[in-house]
Amino acid sequence: MNIKHHLDEATLFSYVAGALGQGTALVVACHVSQCEYCRDRARQLEAIGGALLENNSLSPVSDNALLQVLERLDVRPQATAAAPAHAADSEVPGPLASYIGDSLDEVAWKRLVAGVWVYDLPAQGKGLTRLLRVAPGKAALPHSHRGSELTQLLRGSFIDEVGRFCPGDVADLDDRITHQPLVDSEHDCICLIATEFPLRYTTLLGKLAQPLFGF
Amino acid sequence: MQDKPPGDNVDNVVAMKVEATPEAQGNDWSAMLAELGQSRDRQLFIQLFRHFAPRIKGYIIRLGLTEATAEELTQETMLSLWRKAHLYNRDKAAASTWIYTLARNQSIDWMRKQKYPEYDLESWHRDEGEPLQESEAEQSIVSDRVALAIHQLPDNQAQVIYMSFYEGRTHSEIAERLSIPLGSVKSRIRLAAEKLKLVLGGDYEY
Ligand SMILES: [Zn+2]
Repeated sequence: MNIKHHLDEATLFSYVAGALGQGTALVVACHVSQCEYCRDRARQLEAIGGALLENNSLSPVSDNALLQVLERLDVRPQATAAAPAHAADSEVPGPLASYIGDSLDEVAWKRLVAGVWVYDLPAQGKGLTRLLRVAPGKAALPHSHRGSELTQLLRGSFIDEVGRFCPGDVADLDDRITHQPLVDSEHDCICLIATEFPLRYTTLLGKLAQPLFGF
Repeated sequence: MQDKPPGDNVDNVVAMKVEATPEAQGNDWSAMLAELGQSRDRQLFIQLFRHFAPRIKGYIIRLGLTEATAEELTQETMLSLWRKAHLYNRDKAAASTWIYTLARNQSIDWMRKQKYPEYDLESWHRDEGEPLQESEAEQSIVSDRVALAIHQLPDNQAQVIYMSFYEGRTHSEIAERLSIPLGSVKSRIRLAAEKLKLVLGGDYEY
């Protein structure tokens, strides 16, 4: 994968610290699982966590606790629902596959308006976490964000003020940027989006269309 | 009873506390964890437990959880260490780094009642490529240096590190709490991360 757009250092830091909302953490995990460059950066940051752990004030743990753990070492963990089969080269990143399975073609899309479909992922806390599928030539409304928006490209491509985004790329935007992505691929463009707060539209049309668009 | 590994016998375990805790510096925890993944040797596990469990519990208590919950989550973390040790790759990270991620996930899952999205533990195992760490012996020195570096950060940068790692606050939450713009939160985090990574010895370019 020839990935050109990566995660902001501050975003990656907060992911590693365990300080991202559930939805944004999912998008980060998806990107990192596909991007070797960001994976190396994440591991660097994790070493900060390791150093904090190593230098933490200690809290005594009783021998009894050790014995309880030793007793459980041979107990097989409760069979959790088998993880869905996941091919390493799948266009669905591993962390997302546990929600939707291994195929983007079997998603239960809900049509919003002509050429735009969504699929909302189950309860992800504040903000929105959804798959968005947009037909070629369609543009999303110009919008900016209060809080952050992360978009991981899964299929197709779009272009906006920042550049061109292809599968594997992540758009990591903060509240200073207003953008209007336009799908420029031959086929539908599919991406995973997490916003921390609802988007705010910058045009009157946007405001009117907001309930309809569902963002 | 004679032929059982020490961990199987209650009395032995307690007695072992004295002889089998080389708590001293220079213990190569990463080598021990890697070895555990291969051998599943209970004695190794006990040594790792004695070193890391009090640290894990200290971390979880700092997250604001109660003593009882911290104890429970520490046990769960050590269990997942046992179960996942075969995935640990010492070329990729120090034991403390890997164990940190286990403790973090365990705690967040508990607090949110939802699984913190992981970028694939398998990749720790699978990944080819350059090892990130300096020599293992240097690991404890590196940890000390990072801790020192955090103390030396300007207050406003140390603060965002604390609010992220121990309070679990998002950028927006930090911005709101400190009454500063979101962009300032991000740049403070970037500055702090940059300094700490220098100490960690990565030769990363951005
Ligand atoms: Zn990347």
